Amino acid sequence: MEQLLSWISQHQEILYIVMLMVFVGIEVIGRVPSVLHTPLMSGANAIHGVVIIGAIIVMGKAAPTNYLALILGFIAVIVGTLNVVGGFVVTDRMLEMFSKKKK
Amino acid sequence: MELNLLTFIYLFASVTFIVGLKMLSHPDSARNGNRVAAFGMTLAILGTIFLYEKEGARLGNYQWIFGGILIGAVVGTLAAKRVKMTAMPEMVSLFNGMGGACAALISLVEFDHSAVKGFLPIIVLGLVIGSVSFAGSIIAWGKLNGSIKDFSFKGQHLFNILLLGVIVTLASYLIIFLPASAFFIFYTIFFLSLLYGVFFVFPIGGADMPVVISLLNSFTGVAAACGGFLYDNKVMLTGGILVGAAGTLLTILMCKAMNRSLTNVLLGSFGGAGKTNASAGAAVGTHKEISLSDTAVLMSYATKVYIVPGYGLAVAQAQHACHELEKLLESKGVDVKYAIHPVAGRMPGHMNVLLAEADVPYEKLLEMEQANDEFSTTDVVLVLGANDVVNPAAKSDTSSPIYGMPILDVELAKHVIVNKRSMKPGYAGIENELFFRSKTSMLFGDAKKVLQDLVAEIKNL
Repeated sequence: MEQLLSWISQHQEILYIVMLMVFVGIEVIGRVPSVLHTPLMSGANAIHGVVIIGAIIVMGKAAPTNYLALILGFIAVIVGTLNVVGGFVVTDRMLEMFSKKKK
Repeated sequence: MELNLLTFIYLFASVTFIVGLKMLSHPDSARNGNRVAAFGMTLAILGTIFLYEKEGARLGNYQWIFGGILIGAVVGTLAAKRVKMTAMPEMVSLFNGMGGACAALISLVEFDHSAVKGFLPIIVLGLVIGSVSFAGSIIAWGKLNGSIKDFSFKGQHLFNILLLGVIVTLASYLIIFLPASAFFIFYTIFFLSLLYGVFFVFPIGGADMPVVISLLNSFTGVAAACGGFLYDNKVMLTGGILVGAAGTLLTILMCKAMNRSLTNVLLGSFGGAGKTNASAGAAVGTHKEISLSDTAVLMSYATKVYIVPGYGLAVAQAQHACHELEKLLESKGVDVKYAIHPVAGRMPGHMNVLLAEADVPYEKLLEMEQANDEFSTTDVVLVLGANDVVNPAAKSDTSSPIYGMPILDVELAKHVIVNKRSMKPGYAGIENELFFRSKTSMLFGDAKKVLQDLVAEIKNL
């Protein structure tokens, strides 16, 4: 118990962000029309590609002789970039179809 | 100075994520919203590469970082640009899996660095969620492109719960006791999580994949947030949790559009429910076919025609032919509109995207409620490769797996013409009584070919 409480107070800043972001996340998309469900999902998919930053840090910190970390980090950077770039491009292509309708 | 600049960039990027997501949920601003988020992301990535430092040490291995980004960016762009409209959902699933894999890999590497022992719970959590998301997304991808069939066995749900139990137990044991065999246990957890992802998605029917992908999407968000916790990186944390929360809500909204609950989707797999339905759905009779020329006459002398598009239209890539038919009929004074069911096709919004590609004006696309009010005064409804969304069993047959889902009441119209390739049941694997009703006529063939022939036929009238 003691441990848990001190853990909470140690990381309180992060826990506040988590809590607030949960509400923000729910609030911002609360009124989305069903037509946009797919593009929205795809856009959100691209945003969680922010995990790439972790991959870059892992890669950048790896000692030049630590081959396991280098290889895993390298793969992580590749798949992370795939998530970000592919995600945004696919979403843009989906939404491109929508913008035409305004003609 | 540089670190402060990076902090500012991260703050700015977090704002773009929130604003971008907000804009994505309105039709007019959606495209810009996506770009706003992409811009923020680019800044955050560049900032990390050039400005990040920890305890005075800058990042190294630049050639590896740039090499990886280059490969990922080229492959990602090509894949996303080349993919056909029909295969969009699979692509999203695949990219989502990549994000999950990225999170899992970060955990694998960080476990090696014993310096972060205090963060072990977060590392393990990121590993488990990332792996489940990765394996699950790959299975969902395979299911959508047809290379993996629905598969379930007796006691599958029990097996899954047991598997999850083992993962949780092992993880707790690892975190609390940190035994000498930690490395072995860690990799066992990794392997079991992958296995769980596979078996989690396996029994869920292909028609429910969009919901599953959305759920896995929010999982990956949480996995990314674990990375943010680990590195005390606020932009990863905000981005991840934002997607985790929004993705969860989106999953629930998607289920609501089908009038089903999430548990129903996850547990009540179509595969299993179909068995009980086989006996109940015995109300099959004979269907009647209609010739192209009869269809042409019927449609060109109608005053009001509704087109109900479905996945068949997408598969046949018949959206342009469809638009041509619509223009031709309009020139003959027929009022033509489209009735769009919220879950027609493989994903919500699938049909809108497809028809917009063929330049069908937005005002011609009616949502389900509007269309249902119009059907009673409609002469002809042309169902193009849609099936489950017009299945009356959803209203009348309590044993039907799609019971309770709102449908398009095409039966209210004077004539219903259904274009399908054969009498095979739709994606949910259930019979459709509509095809055997007296008002319904079947027009067999590939949607694109049928529409082109129909256009030619009407021109010859």
